[in-house]
Amino acid sequence: MHETSVTTRELTRRFGRFVAVDRVSIEVGSGEIFGFLGANGAGKTTLIRVLCGLLKPTTGEATVAGYDVYTQSERIKQNIGYMSQRFSLYEDLTVAENIEFYGGIYGLARTKLRQKEKEILKNFGLHRHADSLTAGLPFGFKQRLALGCAMLHEPPILFLDEPTSGVDPRARREFWDTIHETAGRGTTVLVTTHFMEEAEYCNRVLIMHVGRIIALDTPDALKSRFEKRTMQEVFLELVGKEIGETRTRGQHGEQGEKP
Amino acid sequence: MTAPETRGIQITNFRKLYGKTEAVKEVSLSVERGELFGLIGPDGAGKTTLMRAVCTLLVPDGGTVLVQGRDAARDIAAVRARLGYMPQRFSLYQDLTVEQNLRFFADLFQVRQKEREGRLEELYRFSRLGPFKKRRAGALSGGMRQKLALSCALVHTPETLVLDEPTTGVDPVSRHEFWEILRAIQKEGTTILVSTAYLDEADRCDRVALMHEGRIVAVGTPEEIKAGFRHVLYRLAGRDARELRRFFSGLPQVHSTQLFGDAVHVVFAKKPGQSDWEEWRHALEGKLEHWSPERPSVEDVFLELIGSGR
Repeated sequence: MHETSVTTRELTRRFGRFVAVDRVSIEVGSGEIFGFLGANGAGKTTLIRVLCGLLKPTTGEATVAGYDVYTQSERIKQNIGYMSQRFSLYEDLTVAENIEFYGGIYGLARTKLRQKEKEILKNFGLHRHADSLTAGLPFGFKQRLALGCAMLHEPPILFLDEPTSGVDPRARREFWDTIHETAGRGTTVLVTTHFMEEAEYCNRVLIMHVGRIIALDTPDALKSRFEKRTMQEVFLELVGKEIGETRTRGQHGEQGEKP
Repeated sequence: MTAPETRGIQITNFRKLYGKTEAVKEVSLSVERGELFGLIGPDGAGKTTLMRAVCTLLVPDGGTVLVQGRDAARDIAAVRARLGYMPQRFSLYQDLTVEQNLRFFADLFQVRQKEREGRLEELYRFSRLGPFKKRRAGALSGGMRQKLALSCALVHTPETLVLDEPTTGVDPVSRHEFWEILRAIQKEGTTILVSTAYLDEADRCDRVALMHEGRIVAVGTPEEIKAGFRHVLYRLAGRDARELRRFFSGLPQVHSTQLFGDAVHVVFAKKPGQSDWEEWRHALEGKLEHWSPERPSVEDVFLELIGSGR
């Protein structure tokens, strides 16, 4: 983790008078697995959208893969991979066909595509399923295929948006194995989750509340600082009470719903 | 042996098939009256099927389900009258307010007029929804909607409450609040059967059953479950976690390994001795800096039980 992959300085995004992201400064190193935690409405979605080049900041600075979020958002989009809980896979195509389809979208040359296809099938444990229909695959396989497709253009940065909520623990651990291997090859992985067990897999986590950073450290350091056994307990300690108060005042928790 | 009628829920050799698929295979389980009992397992483990049987909503292909001593497949009306059920996909009336939804369910369950107002006040207190009485259900946050659905299931003061994955997709603060509410309801004397796919929520229950592929693989208090871990878990840290993992996953006495951020969890078949550690530290040329026994989580036990080793 020598080079920085994502840097923000006093990054702020307002919507009218509402400050969604409030003076956030972070540095994420290459090959790091970095988690964004926060309850609904904490500002993580807005921050991620800025870092994906989808939204301009109001003030402050940010570079992603060396590109400026104000002026080079197109370059940023070409340099990131994005995967969410809802995979955008074609269920009635085979595994190999999905890879070929996405390769086409990313404009990969024929030989490059062949090479990437082999690599994905091998690295993500899908080689025996190349000709299987995507619809019939178990969840964990679909998830790895979606991850492979999101990385066909070899982005240096990968965004995982609520990647594995509620799946079976074996599939989740295998998925995180894949993520760790991917990071081991130098890819920076940015993850949003409100599933605190998942925070334990990150190298460092950022905890946000009403747009601000309230903690930024390794899970181990946070647990020992607050003398807690799990990230869930750390999170409740840090965020719980404040949220309880804002909720009873009836000003919170209206947006950012997951169906 | 406790007489069946004093039991909360008594499930004996229950089986359910969907076509040729056996969703639940010969499951037996007792939930004590007044207990907060968790059914824990991943999607497809059979939790919903079992809960629907308790709620009189399906006919078993074998075995019996008794709820407060009454047969859920025969004595349907009597079981339902004393049972509250919050399904995974509950329906609230989106364009009715919190209060209108509650009153609607109170009408459905024929809650008597003189008891009604007092019950609604209790529910507002439990759920902390009092300040939001006039808000439309459609305008509530996920956590609040969940609490309203719970309140609707409780409006007739049921003896037994069945909740199917009430905390799925809910943020961690609301999840925490939700479990506190369940504890408060339990203090009223209600028997609670709740399912979850989050294994860490086992710790919130008095007792749990871990389910996997239609079977119960373990039953007990969370502490009993964790004490059932047969291997030895260590947490290792050092300069290069990936290198540590590669090294340990190649050892014959290692059952499985998992990276957690900068640390590695290693499951050993038996406890390594001091000399083993010295040897490994030497072999790793100083890359291994810390090691300490780690208490296994319910997830570790679950993975051990379903035989997921690498």
